[in-house]
Amino acid sequence: MEKITKMIVINSSKLLPSDVAMKLYETKDDIIVKETCFGIMVSGERAILDPLLANIRKLDPYGIFIKERGFAPGEPFRCRATRRGGARPGFHNLETEDKILPHIAAALKALDRGDIPGPKKQTKKLDIDKLKAIIKETEVSK
Amino acid sequence: MKVFIYPTNSLILYDMVERFGHEPLAIMQEIGKKVRSQGLDSPPMNITPEDPKFGLKYAAVEVPAGVRGRMSLLDPLLTKAEAAIIVNDPVISFGCMGCARTNELVNFLLRGKKIPILKLDYPSTEEDAKLFVYKISEFLKSLKPAEENK
Repeated sequence: MEKITKMIVINSSKLLPSDVAMKLYETKDDIIVKETCFGIMVSGERAILDPLLANIRKLDPYGIFIKERGFAPGEPFRCRATRRGGARPGFHNLETEDKILPHIAAALKALDRGDIPGPKKQTKKLDIDKLKAIIKETEVSK
Repeated sequence: MKVFIYPTNSLILYDMVERFGHEPLAIMQEIGKKVRSQGLDSPPMNITPEDPKFGLKYAAVEVPAGVRGRMSLLDPLLTKAEAAIIVNDPVISFGCMGCARTNELVNFLLRGKKIPILKLDYPSTEEDAKLFVYKISEFLKSLKPAEENK
């Protein structure tokens, strides 16, 4: 059986990583759970994890985001404890995407409501005459 | 259906594809295999004797080793891809995503595969995000009949 690790990134106002961890412990499945600053890392058999995490997602479908992770929790190649601190590789990616998760959550809610978004607004480029006027205004007279 | 995602380590794209009932193809799966396999000192930096062969399928021996090494990881994903979601010019270019030439090559190979491809930009506002999610959901829904035909 293939043993995998999944990251549960929590971006919710009504759910804490500890709540999810408790739910995972309650299942009594053969899994390893690690609570982190961004959510939870779970390691176990794919056959166990996939249905389990589908249920966990139901706790807050708009606030829980899940992806697979190559390394198991506490893996010495990645764990900061054995790499003398600093951000682990992959953290910057997570941090960048974490910033837009509230927008994605709102978009998923809108999708479930059946909202169809309009076309993307194209920002117009600055008119050359307007630019010239701004330059003239800001010019310091000699 | 197996959907290749680019950036190949994206949390949002992985989650979306899985959420809408398809199988995401992400680099983490391949790295995981390397990590779990015995005999590698420092995966995924170390490679097996088989890996250069996968890399050489796509790039000549003069091409930097980094490109070939990355292509050896991406080869199984590209081979399995039945559809793809590509984010144009992602800000994220760290770690395994940090090689511009590999990224160009991956995009080129995906275009050559003649599979359904969705190209998007990362959203920066809520309105953009609504369009982003809507387009992904419509694209993934459109793939379902193909899966049923199999």
